Amino acid sequence: MNRTDTDFDATPETGAARQAGSVLLLKLGGTLGVPLVALAAAFGAGALFIAAIGQDPGAVYARLLGGTFGDFYGFGQVLFKATPLIFSGLAVALAFKAGLFNIGAEGQLYVGAFSTAWVGFTLTGLPGVVLVPLCILAGALGGAAWGIIPGYLKARFGTHEVINTIMLNFIAIALTGYLVTHVYFIPETIHTPRVAAQAQIPRLEQFWPAFRGSPVNVSLFLALAAAALVYVFLWRTKQGFELRALGLNPWAAEYGGVGVASGIVMAMALSGGLAGLVGVDFVMGYKYYYEQGFSAGVGFMGIAVALLGRNHPLGVVLAALLFGALSYGGLVINSVVPKELVEILQAIVIVAVIVGTNLFGALAVSLKKRSLK
Amino acid sequence: MEGVSKRFALVKANDSVNLEVERGEIHALVGENGAGKSTLMRILYGLYRPDSGHVSIDGKRVEIKSPSDAISLGVGMVHQHFMLIPQLSVAENVVLGSEPSRSGVFLDLAAASRRIEELSRLFALSVDPRPQVDKLSVGAQQRVEILKILFRGAELLILDEPTAVLTPQETEALFVILRKMREQGKTILFITHKLSEVMAISDRVTVMRRGGVVGVVATRDTSPAELAMMMVGRKVLFDVEKGPAAPGGAVLELVDVRALGASRVPRLKGLSLSVRAGEILGVAGVEGNGQTELVEVIAGLRKPTSGRVLLRGEDVTGASPKQMLERGVAHIPEDRLRRGLIADFTVGENLILGSHFRRPYAGRVFLDSAALLTNADRALREFDVRPRTPLLRAGSLSGGNQQKLVVARELGRNPLLLVAAQPTRGVDIGAIEFIRRCLVSQRDEGTAVLLVSADLSEVLSLSDRIAVIFGGRIVSTVDAAATDEKELGLLMTGAGRPTA
Repeated sequence: MNRTDTDFDATPETGAARQAGSVLLLKLGGTLGVPLVALAAAFGAGALFIAAIGQDPGAVYARLLGGTFGDFYGFGQVLFKATPLIFSGLAVALAFKAGLFNIGAEGQLYVGAFSTAWVGFTLTGLPGVVLVPLCILAGALGGAAWGIIPGYLKARFGTHEVINTIMLNFIAIALTGYLVTHVYFIPETIHTPRVAAQAQIPRLEQFWPAFRGSPVNVSLFLALAAAALVYVFLWRTKQGFELRALGLNPWAAEYGGVGVASGIVMAMALSGGLAGLVGVDFVMGYKYYYEQGFSAGVGFMGIAVALLGRNHPLGVVLAALLFGALSYGGLVINSVVPKELVEILQAIVIVAVIVGTNLFGALAVSLKKRSLK
Repeated sequence: MEGVSKRFALVKANDSVNLEVERGEIHALVGENGAGKSTLMRILYGLYRPDSGHVSIDGKRVEIKSPSDAISLGVGMVHQHFMLIPQLSVAENVVLGSEPSRSGVFLDLAAASRRIEELSRLFALSVDPRPQVDKLSVGAQQRVEILKILFRGAELLILDEPTAVLTPQETEALFVILRKMREQGKTILFITHKLSEVMAISDRVTVMRRGGVVGVVATRDTSPAELAMMMVGRKVLFDVEKGPAAPGGAVLELVDVRALGASRVPRLKGLSLSVRAGEILGVAGVEGNGQTELVEVIAGLRKPTSGRVLLRGEDVTGASPKQMLERGVAHIPEDRLRRGLIADFTVGENLILGSHFRRPYAGRVFLDSAALLTNADRALREFDVRPRTPLLRAGSLSGGNQQKLVVARELGRNPLLLVAAQPTRGVDIGAIEFIRRCLVSQRDEGTAVLLVSADLSEVLSLSDRIAVIFGGRIVSTVDAAATDEKELGLLMTGAGRPTA
């Protein structure tokens, strides 16, 4: 049948291969091109701001680069800033993949971090090999619990997760704030008691003296492992397959035997669990206690990280590094330009990515068109 | 239209197309899906600009940059999906965009209504300007659409697959109107892929294939077989060869099933039917009489409020989609892009959807990508899906190939029961033929097949028995060999007596 006169029949293999090749190229261009162009645009716009306040953009950027990636101390600071962003970025990205917009990473990480600290300063009699995993698990479970609530509300009643996660952020911040100022507090401070010494995890400077002075700690490796696990989960397991199906087309997913309600709850639980791991970095690796308001928006930055990283674990890691660099770089150039400039830069990057994503589709099409003519 | 070309990203949708329509004729434009009919009409209606070529009206070259240019040149279009606002009255809908006014400020609906009644009389449209549009039948809404463009002074009317949503009786009525308009000197461009309609209504036919015109013929000098051959480029078998059915025991039984529709209104009102192994039971009916809900109940996607669903005698009422899949129910959904496929998944991933949780595609935790690819290679070859690239996004395939993909997946389950809802909707002739043959061979292998289709000729040619659905019940079950379109058309309006 149908073997008479199609163009495809002439060279079926090469035709298909060529098409697959160009699809791949387009995909690659779309994945890497947009963030890179966005970055260039953002730094270009930033240069205008720098020039406007009478500074030399080249000098400022050189200083920014030198201070962040120029030496091990600066790089350590960048890694330190990036670690929590990897967790929160992965959290948002995983929910995105399942079609859910988790604005609640901030609340989830507060609950998770508090849980980590509570286990760390309560079960002090346990040996490190037990206590460390237990603290990590507590963080994941605390965050997951806080993610399950809006997940269940969505699955059961269809209420939108955006509203519910925002509201749960307020509750989480207030609740942990109350606990840390009224129940588990050190007088005159806004933090809990310290976690047991055996619950504290080492800083990288203990293995690599070059990082001396930077609080970057082994939770960085947990973050990278989490990114790898998220990748394996989404693309190699059947649950991940179901979550991606759910995110792309819930009707087809339901048709294909995916439990929609359970899928939503699971995605929010995993997302919250990832966010909850932020406390491993802060509580176990940095301050050794839980402090009110410690996150300062890491959960919200996770949305930008996921967006810039295009919801891919590798992209999230790279985007977290970038935002980490911008965040620490703000301090480096603080003496020359106001640190608000760096905040402006971050915002421009995000806007440029969103615009770029939309523009890229049209651009790719018109390029393709021209090459065919 | 002369030498019109239009290229999209990868495809040349129109390649130096010449189309000539004479004043006062009904001109049919036929071609498979993706032949370029719609693109050409969109150029004519000002929705796209051609890359080259031009359009002339009454011998004068014109430039149509937008639909409003088209309208002012007397070109009007009735879209396949109506562009009416359901909450407004007929008159309000008709004047929308060209509201007549008194002293330039106040809407003059009375004047509009008079004009509507006048046009309605002239063309035998029987459109009443007063009722709200959502109270009207589909056929009446279509007449409102036609009146709307006549109201704007259209001389050339483009009708894009106007009969897709009509019953045979409504189609007949539409043809009467079209002939009336031709008598009044209007010109009609009629887009369709149903050749019987081309033969019934048109004066001349332009056939398109692969973006180009393959021929222009006078209707009286041609035949459906010749037109089909021009469309596809080879001989086409309309009627699938099929031997007599050898039905076995009942596989699926529905007993007095009631279910709610999407807006929580009762849509199945005590429906009973039974499908036996090795037979095709066709469900015929005007769309919206409960077909969608019937299929969803069987697939586990919709819970019945009462009644029982039995699969080989086992009560499976209220089972989940996954449980139904595991029990051997395959389902070709009516809307492949909504239910049937995940456009952003690869072809290979789509082919395991619904089997992804079991061997050989998955173990306890992990997917087996080698099994996925093996399966994809086999399915794409066996069902002739093109291109044969398992890693391509499913959304980038043509409609016909997407549908074949769905069919390949569902038949690949070796089902006990196959529910095929609109299996050939929006699919080109070549694929239609292929899919129909698949359904029949599945029957011959002993699968129970439930075929739900809005295409009566499809139901008639494939089914062994036909159940007519009306108002959420099966009102009549007839032997397919002993009935015809006319009788079915009548039963579909609820005129038949209920059978037990």
